[in-house]
Amino acid sequence: MPFSRIVYKPEYDELEKKALIIRKNIVKMIAKAQSGHPGGSLSCVDILTSLYFRILRISPKHPKDPERDRFILSKGHAAPALYATLAETGFIPYEWLDDLRKIGSPLQGHPDMKKVPGVEMSTGSLGQGLSVGVGMALSAKILESGYRVFVLLGDGECQEGQVWEAAMSASHYKLTNIVAIIDRNGLQIDGCTEDVMGVSPLGAKWKAFGWTVIEVDGHDFLELIPALEAISYTSKPTAIIANTVKGKGVCFMENNVDWHGKAPKPDQLEEALKGFEGVEFVESDEVEVDSSN
Amino acid sequence: MTIISDREIATREAYGRALVELGRQNNNVVVLDADLAKSTQTIRFAKEFPDRFFDVGIAEANMIGVSAGLAACGMVVFCSSFAIFATQRVLNQIFQSIAYTNLNVKIAASHAGITVGEDGATHQSIDDISIIRSVPNMTIIVPADAHEAYEATFAAANFEGPVYLRLSRMATPVVTPPGKPFEIGKAITLREGKDITIAACGIMVYEALGAAEKLSGLGVEAEVINFNTIKPFDRETLVESLIKTRAALSVEEHSIIGGLGSAVAECICEEFPVAMSRMGIRDQFGQSGKPADLLRQYQLTSEDIAKEALRLLETRRKANEIYEISASTKSDFGALESEVDGGMSDENSN
Repeated sequence: MPFSRIVYKPEYDELEKKALIIRKNIVKMIAKAQSGHPGGSLSCVDILTSLYFRILRISPKHPKDPERDRFILSKGHAAPALYATLAETGFIPYEWLDDLRKIGSPLQGHPDMKKVPGVEMSTGSLGQGLSVGVGMALSAKILESGYRVFVLLGDGECQEGQVWEAAMSASHYKLTNIVAIIDRNGLQIDGCTEDVMGVSPLGAKWKAFGWTVIEVDGHDFLELIPALEAISYTSKPTAIIANTVKGKGVCFMENNVDWHGKAPKPDQLEEALKGFEGVEFVESDEVEVDSSN
Repeated sequence: MTIISDREIATREAYGRALVELGRQNNNVVVLDADLAKSTQTIRFAKEFPDRFFDVGIAEANMIGVSAGLAACGMVVFCSSFAIFATQRVLNQIFQSIAYTNLNVKIAASHAGITVGEDGATHQSIDDISIIRSVPNMTIIVPADAHEAYEATFAAANFEGPVYLRLSRMATPVVTPPGKPFEIGKAITLREGKDITIAACGIMVYEALGAAEKLSGLGVEAEVINFNTIKPFDRETLVESLIKTRAALSVEEHSIIGGLGSAVAECICEEFPVAMSRMGIRDQFGQSGKPADLLRQYQLTSEDIAKEALRLLETRRKANEIYEISASTKSDFGALESEVDGGMSDENSN
């Protein structure tokens, strides 16, 4: 019986490295701030990496280009993931990450569009991002512009009624240029999402609200990127249910609800960083390149 | 003569008419409503510019978010609902998605105050100014009549940032001259007087002017100021008036807590302490009834205002007498203190 192995395309291998850097920076900055939300930040890293390095038509040189794609982090507590990604893409200097959640810092506990280039919407109070995305997508239609709007929501966040008001309006207005990505990590502050207030069947709900639904492994670039690239932007709004692991990449945080909003102590930071060092990359020349996708 | 026309028009209707003209002038103006387009009068815009009008259905929270998204992409957004739903129901959405972001969204809230009438307490917004006033970045405009509402709609559109425009359901007399451009943050003295300053907003300006007429017949000259902008509050105009009158009476179709009366009181206690009284809804809910009956029930007619002005002036006179007596009497503080202490310990022992 052959051993299981992960096969990366060379370009996906590159993304793995980006995601690893982002994860390291998330843990470091939360540890330094001694405040923040590691669990839900780590769960969405691969989604953000896919978007920022493969999908979004954006440029750090022109953060206000009217034709740019828009990304809204509706689950604003995952701000460290967004900040680390914005640093990696060149929207903000790395040094800013040092001051997360500190007084006077542009990197507020939750994203502030007035303070951080590349942040399209101030978020934090859950349930509001998709509505804003609907407004942005409507603008594109009015202005006959080709930009697209991506909104990242938490699965727990889908308990907010406003999410469904927004979902209803997106299909009502035939917004084909909006994509909702649900970071389905299955946990929220008080426990398992399905125990606190079940949102299942999530895909069926979005479908019933008139959206095209795609379900993917939210940590697998081989699924995430083809799914994002395959969006047709022609008939309906698109929802991507990305199945993820809360705290992904830090073994003691994975699937542990305690790490929703807790900062690692120095020894825990060390343990986390050691864990990252253990991640090995398959060198591209060793990889069976599957070019059929 | 301050009352220039007897033709009664509701401020919401003037708003609806202004929107249509705005739509013609600026292609970036978009309008949203939450299933109340006929009531809020946004229907006028909807008919002429269907591509720039969005009825989001009965979903006010979504409307605020969609407005924010549109504004973030360069649109000048007007969204409308009844004042009670456009504030209480969506406060957090306003706070995060419109005010914190300082986006160019104008919340035009109609059916404010108790004069919504028969629908009763659940539909009467008596705390909207108070609620919005506490949110940073928000500008609050309360037009006194249709002329002001029309001009204020243009002023709001030309102003960069979030605005709360408070409109009324019932038709009210016109008290301001037509065609005068609206200046945000500048209160207007509609009647000059030396004895008392009546600070009013919205439909209460008309009642305040009526009260001033009645007071004049009794030899009391009231200065009536139309505070058409509650935030930023025009302290300068108020203090200038108070230097003359040294008495202030605020009148609003709103709770006395947190609205115009509070803005006046804050200014007075911080800048120019004088006698003051607040008129409005006194920390209670409204009820069903005809608008005119409700104004009588909650003592907001011109007669009530005139009476309160006289009461305030009399209270001040008595207070001044006591002050003058006490100021001219050399007090024995030691005796006073022991008296107070004795009284307190008696009370404590019970």
